[in-house]
Amino acid sequence: MSTLLEVSGVSVTFDGFKAINNLSFSIGHAELRAIIGPNGAGKTTFMDIVTGKTRPDEGRIVWGGKSRSLLNMSEARIACEGIGRKFQKPTVFEDQSVQENLLMALKKDRGPLAVLFYRPQAADLERVRALAEEIGLADQLYRKSGELSHGEKQWLEIGMLLAQEPRLLLVDEPAAGMTSSEREHTTALLIEAAKTRAVVVVEHDMEFIRRLNCRVTVLHEGAVLAEGSLDHVTRNQDVIDVYLGR
Amino acid sequence: MVRIFLAALVVAALSFAAPARAQDAPMQAVLQAHAELIVKSSRKAIGPAIDAVADSGLAQTQDVLQTWQAKRMWQRKADGVFFRGEEIDAKTSRLYDFDTGADVGIFANSDLKQVKPNSGVRAMLGAALVRFQLRDPDPSRRAEALAAIERAPSRQALAPLRAAIGDETDPALKARKVRAERLLTIAFDDDDAIRVAAIRDMGGDLGVDLRATLNPLVATDLRVFAGGDLPGGLNIARHVAPGDETLPRDTAYDMLVAASLAPARITAEEIRASLARHIDGGYVAGVPVAQLNADAARLRAYDGLVAQGLVPARVNDADIDGALASHRFAEVFAEPSPAVTGAARAALGQIETRVSANQILDLTLDALSLASIYFLAAIGLAITFGVMGVINMAHGEFIMMGAYTGFVVQQMIPNHTVSILVAIPLAFAVTFAAGVVMERLVIRWLYNRPLETLLATFGISIALQQLAKNIFGTQARPLTAPAWLDGAWVLNDIVSISYIRIAIAVLALIFLGVFLIVIKRTRLGLEIRAVTQNRRMAASMGINPDRVNVLTFGLGSGIAGVAGVAIGLFAKVTSELGGDYIVQSFMTVVVGGVGNIWGTLAGATMIGFLQKGIEWFNPSNTLAAQTYMIAFIILFIQFRPRGIVALRGRAAGD
Amino acid sequence: MSFAARNPSVLIFLSVLALFTLLVTVMSEAIGTGLVSTSFVKILGKTLCLALVAVAMDLVWGYTGILSLGHFAFFGLGGYMIGMWLMYERTHEIAAAALAEGPIPPTEAEITAAIGNQIFGVVGSSDFPPVWAFADSLTLQLALVVMAPGLLALIFGWLAFRSRVTGVYLSILTQAMTLALALYLFQNDSGLRGNNGLSGLQNLPGVDAPQSHVSLWFFWASALALGVGYVFAAWLVGGKFGSVMRGIRDNEARVRFLGYSVESYKLVVFTLTAMIAGIAGALYYPQAGIINPAEIAPIASIYLAVWVAIGGRGRLYGAVIGAVFVSLVSSWFTGGQAPDVPLGFYTVKWVDWWLVVLGLSFVLVTLFAPRGIGGLFDLVTERQPPERHGANLGPDAGSLREKEASQ
Repeated sequence: MSTLLEVSGVSVTFDGFKAINNLSFSIGHAELRAIIGPNGAGKTTFMDIVTGKTRPDEGRIVWGGKSRSLLNMSEARIACEGIGRKFQKPTVFEDQSVQENLLMALKKDRGPLAVLFYRPQAADLERVRALAEEIGLADQLYRKSGELSHGEKQWLEIGMLLAQEPRLLLVDEPAAGMTSSEREHTTALLIEAAKTRAVVVVEHDMEFIRRLNCRVTVLHEGAVLAEGSLDHVTRNQDVIDVYLGR
Repeated sequence: MVRIFLAALVVAALSFAAPARAQDAPMQAVLQAHAELIVKSSRKAIGPAIDAVADSGLAQTQDVLQTWQAKRMWQRKADGVFFRGEEIDAKTSRLYDFDTGADVGIFANSDLKQVKPNSGVRAMLGAALVRFQLRDPDPSRRAEALAAIERAPSRQALAPLRAAIGDETDPALKARKVRAERLLTIAFDDDDAIRVAAIRDMGGDLGVDLRATLNPLVATDLRVFAGGDLPGGLNIARHVAPGDETLPRDTAYDMLVAASLAPARITAEEIRASLARHIDGGYVAGVPVAQLNADAARLRAYDGLVAQGLVPARVNDADIDGALASHRFAEVFAEPSPAVTGAARAALGQIETRVSANQILDLTLDALSLASIYFLAAIGLAITFGVMGVINMAHGEFIMMGAYTGFVVQQMIPNHTVSILVAIPLAFAVTFAAGVVMERLVIRWLYNRPLETLLATFGISIALQQLAKNIFGTQARPLTAPAWLDGAWVLNDIVSISYIRIAIAVLALIFLGVFLIVIKRTRLGLEIRAVTQNRRMAASMGINPDRVNVLTFGLGSGIAGVAGVAIGLFAKVTSELGGDYIVQSFMTVVVGGVGNIWGTLAGATMIGFLQKGIEWFNPSNTLAAQTYMIAFIILFIQFRPRGIVALRGRAAGD
Repeated sequence: MSFAARNPSVLIFLSVLALFTLLVTVMSEAIGTGLVSTSFVKILGKTLCLALVAVAMDLVWGYTGILSLGHFAFFGLGGYMIGMWLMYERTHEIAAAALAEGPIPPTEAEITAAIGNQIFGVVGSSDFPPVWAFADSLTLQLALVVMAPGLLALIFGWLAFRSRVTGVYLSILTQAMTLALALYLFQNDSGLRGNNGLSGLQNLPGVDAPQSHVSLWFFWASALALGVGYVFAAWLVGGKFGSVMRGIRDNEARVRFLGYSVESYKLVVFTLTAMIAGIAGALYYPQAGIINPAEIAPIASIYLAVWVAIGGRGRLYGAVIGAVFVSLVSSWFTGGQAPDVPLGFYTVKWVDWWLVVLGLSFVLVTLFAPRGIGGLFDLVTERQPPERHGANLGPDAGSLREKEASQ
């Protein structure tokens, strides 16, 4: 399996605290991967680094078939390269309708001039409708997204990520605060998405990860502690010591 | 005075015993020898007469010169003898003998002739008197005479000054006399070698008086000389070629014109006037008037007039070149001796180096002082903005309130020392209260909404400013510092700093200390840090966040009030006082790094040095300095967006 | 859906503006009944310009969330640019006429020198500074009306946005920029006559009409500019661009991770609105007759924010209402027309107390009516925001509510 993203030897320090310590990680083109780890293991910082929000002190991040470095790209550029990110808290544009949210996320030219003269075509609207269908918000297209429930917002955000048509999806605790039926829907969405692209899920909830049924990477103190199937890592003594055992 | 009087009495007693004869009346003899000059009293001719009296070596010399200078010398018409006279009334005077001091009797003014020296002669008498004053038994008289010499150095003063050094008893006066003598030697001594030696003696002394003495020695005069060679005997500083940067061609030619060595150029204005004078039926020398709105046509018409012989010919470039070529230009020292000018130049060069070094020191002191003012203005903000994250745009108005509190206190307590001591805690109390009220009524509803806080506090700032205007009027109110803060700490003629600025710097340091103690060592500080780091957790541990916020905001506001008193001491207290500081204060906090008192200190220092540095390059223009400083800060933020002392990482909050 | 149908408020606004313009024209001294004095026509014209700059401010603050305290500086800069041409041409006319009296017709150089003397005599100079290089060309100065503020905004914005300065920091930085510009213009050697500013701008060079006509022309031009500006702004915020703008206001980071270059968008909005402000200023100052650096002082930009906030930010008509309402009320109170209030022991003179009232009412609006006067329309149209717990955090903290933000 060819790699889509390869992170090697990355370290980052905040005021003397090593948040990420010589971390190496790679993921293939169409793969679902879960990342677990205790608080402060560097899960969110890892996402920050990949998406360009935080610059690592050292290390390499290589992306895509052409093996380009992500280190000198802006966040927007990285997003355009095909890395989508979903935040822990649902962050949709609450003042705008579901349709507007999805239209904004739709893969199109992001330049100011192009956006200025952009008017939605029938095909775009159709695509938005299809996406809304997929995330189960088809009948809420014209509602302000601020009026949606917590779970619906999570789905809308996943929908916006899908609209971006990314090649790599980074999802931070998608199931937090969801009811069990909402979780099932979310699981289905992620598994479906991972058929055509790479998906990295950061999650605390073991039950949720078990349902995803994928390879698991365990982070601890900014480095990879173990990697493999969920059963494999849960039997690992180190993992039990630092994480599960507590 | 008493002594003179007693001496005069003794002399008077003696003179009654023996009538005055020439050998017994030496002063009268000297006066009689120059009687004609004295009576004529011409400034040009009087010199020998004064010198004769001054050099007579007699005890009564000073008395005679003073009497003469004060226009109290009278000549008896009958025998031409000079007396000191005291007018009794408009018609009669009582006369005293110069040598004996004896009362000679009362005479009618009509029988006498008053010697009236004009101001020029009186000045010469004054100069002659200096030598006596310099040795006057009264030290204050000596100091006065010395000060007169220092104020207006003159050639005549040199010899008496030298003579008066040896027997000077007061060490301070002696030092001054020696210094004045050195300076006079440099300026006026006849022997160039001695002058050069004196210049070398002074070395790189920084006194303004030395520079005032040396500068005329190196002063030059740009002069023009006809022909190829310069006359000999001139102390030439350098030759100047017309057309180089110090002497543009036109200026050089104007010099020739001024020295009547070349004909004046015809200016555009004169051409225009000449043309206007010679309009003839709509034409000037055959050129229609309507065409004269272009230079070429005007010149054509003028040349036509020249051909008719009506106006003088224009001076063209070739004429100018020719005239310049046949003359030479040189800068000539007014001082004829090359040795002296050379030594003076070398000394001035040396002084200049030391002056710049000292200027840098002075600038550093100035910058530190400015930094302490900015720090003082910003420290309250560092608490409300830096620690609490509350943008208080009315911070400047709190400073203003503090200053006005000081003014009001001074109206009630006339003693300035006491009033300042009362004003500082009172200003703290007033602004603390204002801060608490503002926090309770407005700010606490707006936590986590910085932009709205900014706008609401703007509103308060506008209202407070206008309120101050309504109460105190628009004119500036004085806040006077106590007398013991007047004056300055003077290191030399270049480096000095006023006590008030030192006091403000000390106050700033005290505030820094108080801040550190409050934050690091007190229960309140602990609670403040707890609440700012995690409000919920702090609340759940029994800290009342509302109370902490109120106290913190009050503390920041109170410090602003005290800063206001300090700033009011050297700035005018107006309703706009706060507005003048608010932007700089925010800049200080932002540049330094928000949330860190050392950052604020660093920011204030940087801005202070920056502003003084820019002002040094362009001293005439403080407005431009502020402009460039702000531009620089905007650029600085490019490189350190989080300020000098930056917090990093997730804690910094993106 | 057509543009008008999607934005019913635009049609209403345009009709109100047209009606107002017609009414003032009919009642003007120049061609109407004379019920409205020439000086009041000027005040109304100026108010329309202020409304235009308020629309610009609303775009940059209400929609994009950048509380700029520099837009009145751009406004003033536009005024300076047109003022240079007006003053130059006017002085040119006078100087040329005066010199033509003489026996010899003047040369171009003589006229220029005379103009220089006339204009820069007050600052002890007579040479034209380089910034006046294009003052004789109306076309170039008109271009500069847009270019000068645009360029300043572009450079400043590029520096500020590139280094990710946001929120209150950006506000303070823009305030510092405004202060720097004002201080620079206050100097005598800034080339723009120091604190004397430019004056006599109410006279149109080459036009012989009385002021009553000129003022009406400027009123029409201001109304036209406001109408066009409003439609443009509505078009801008109505499309996807507006969506991105509001997205940046509500959650900048999210927009960035969607792949939009937030900095470029901010820069475009900042520069574009600076240009609109420049145009508004270029129409305002010929009606005011004089411009000086005090107009640019930071407080003016703060008032601009006050208008928009009182009118209701995030909606274009709110900005217009705020600017019109507050500036007209202000000029009524400070113009000495408002009657004093005798309290027995003290007489409240509005000239003195108006600013206190304005400042306090601004605090009240921020606290109790964050949606401003425009919020009243929501009561009529029953357009209510989604009901969530906690208070709105305002533009910079984005779509988060108080409770969410502190989690």
